[in-house]
Amino acid sequence: MDDLPDKPAKTDKPSKSQKPSSSSSGVSRRDFLKISGVSAAVPLVTQVSAFALAEGEVAAQGPGKVPVSLNVNGKKLNASLEPRVTLLDALRDQFELTGAKRVCDRGTCGACTVLLDGKAVYSCSVLAIDAQSHQITTVEGLGEPGNLHPIQKAFVDNDAQQCGFCTPGFVMATKAFLDQHPNPTPEQIKHGLGGNFCRCGTYAGMRLAVMQAAKTKGA
Amino acid sequence: MRPFDYASPTKTDQVPALLGKSWGEVEILAGGSDLLSLMKDEITTPKRLVNIKQVDGLHAISNEGGALQLGTLVTLDRIGSAAQIQHQYPMLAAAAGDAASPQIRNVATIGGNLCQRPRCWYFRSGHGLLAQKDGKSMVLQGDNRYHAILGNDGPAYFVSPSTVAPVLIAYNAKVRIAGPRGTREVPVEKFFIIPKTDQEREHDLRPDEFITHVIVPPAPGVRAAHYEVRQKEAFDWPYATAAVALTMNASTVQSARVVMGHVAPVPWVSPEAAQALQGKAVTPATADQAAEAAVAKAKSLGHNEHKIHLARVAVKRAILAAAGSPARAALARDASEGGAA
Repeated sequence: MDDLPDKPAKTDKPSKSQKPSSSSSGVSRRDFLKISGVSAAVPLVTQVSAFALAEGEVAAQGPGKVPVSLNVNGKKLNASLEPRVTLLDALRDQFELTGAKRVCDRGTCGACTVLLDGKAVYSCSVLAIDAQSHQITTVEGLGEPGNLHPIQKAFVDNDAQQCGFCTPGFVMATKAFLDQHPNPTPEQIKHGLGGNFCRCGTYAGMRLAVMQAAKTKGA
Repeated sequence: MRPFDYASPTKTDQVPALLGKSWGEVEILAGGSDLLSLMKDEITTPKRLVNIKQVDGLHAISNEGGALQLGTLVTLDRIGSAAQIQHQYPMLAAAAGDAASPQIRNVATIGGNLCQRPRCWYFRSGHGLLAQKDGKSMVLQGDNRYHAILGNDGPAYFVSPSTVAPVLIAYNAKVRIAGPRGTREVPVEKFFIIPKTDQEREHDLRPDEFITHVIVPPAPGVRAAHYEVRQKEAFDWPYATAAVALTMNASTVQSARVVMGHVAPVPWVSPEAAQALQGKAVTPATADQAAEAAVAKAKSLGHNEHKIHLARVAVKRAILAAAGSPARAALARDASEGGAA
């Protein structure tokens, strides 16, 4: 599931003579990847296996798909997933919640940051099956266009992004940080947001945004 | 990541039966912050994960006979922020509270911190724990700027990655281990071993055992501090660390523990540095002598000469910081955790 398939999916493949862009083909990049992913995953859809159980032993799930139920932004979301699917991939590929970004996929960049029971975590480094029974909050649960959360508004007001790809992760890390440090010092901000990278280097704007968000929240 | 099956036991005695008989068959999932990256890179390809987070009794911070008892699942964030630990074992709270990043501290457990795999880039690139090719060490042949300066006679040249382990050793902590034949306790100092083959691990666990608790004895009167030399302020594995615990007799050192991290395949205890401090007042000059003693046997692998200097600086600064810190009282009797998470 982690790797893109070697061959493109056969479904909805535009004819060569037309050479359309992906947008004009009617198949978005995300849809294309999903179609491809489904075809690649077919051999892996196996029955739930359990090894022989002696008395007192514990059943194992997988390696095929098993029912997974997640509580995301206050909603219960159900899917059938292999145990190896990360929370990040479940959010993006199963539930269309693409705010959390898949960048390093190794727990070092912070772009996939979501809240698990109010605490910031790297969703790429948590298994979806292991995130059940926790309250998950993604950037989609914070605010929306026209009704931005004070943190989101502060990021806009302070030019705290350039390419914007790290922004959802920073916003969620900021949410968790300000919940614990409502009146932060600049030193605390540096330490508290030390788990997120911005390759455009917009840190100065972000520190201003965090300070503004702290003030507006208190107002 | 390759497919695996997934078990989630609820009792300690269910765990050993789920674990493998040899390394690599089964991995234990606690915080997962190191394990999942290793699995994505196929450095480890277990057929099963055993998630121990539903196991009873492994989440608590408690007080056992005056000692601090940490369940193996206590996160670094909780260790860093628990008032009781900040007060009684400030060096432990500081090391845990400054390890990795907030997102990792929120999930990373103390047991997982001790069992995390080395950051050696040959190992992480799939060349095996000892990174040998055609009988030769890739570390010695290649770039070894971050590798060991002590205990580096081979075949292991990686450095022990935990910044918390040296601190626990300085406090004389031990780990409780559960396995198919019951439980045993091992000093953290003895828990780490230098592997001789790729098939071994960096610690004393058998494949069907796991850490259930970390126990830190009372440290009345101990003055302690650690110092990390890093490239980055946050989210970095240091070049070198030092953890120092001093028991003072008036103004002179009665006994000392000096433990270095990231300098050897195991946390490196320096009896030479401790000896150099004994019976002396701590001054910049005596701290310097002790730091010199700590790295007296260090040797460069070719690209890591600078680490000898950095380790010496870390030891000296940790000694001076420890001497300047307030002595700690015994653990309060009613110190069981109350919402310190």
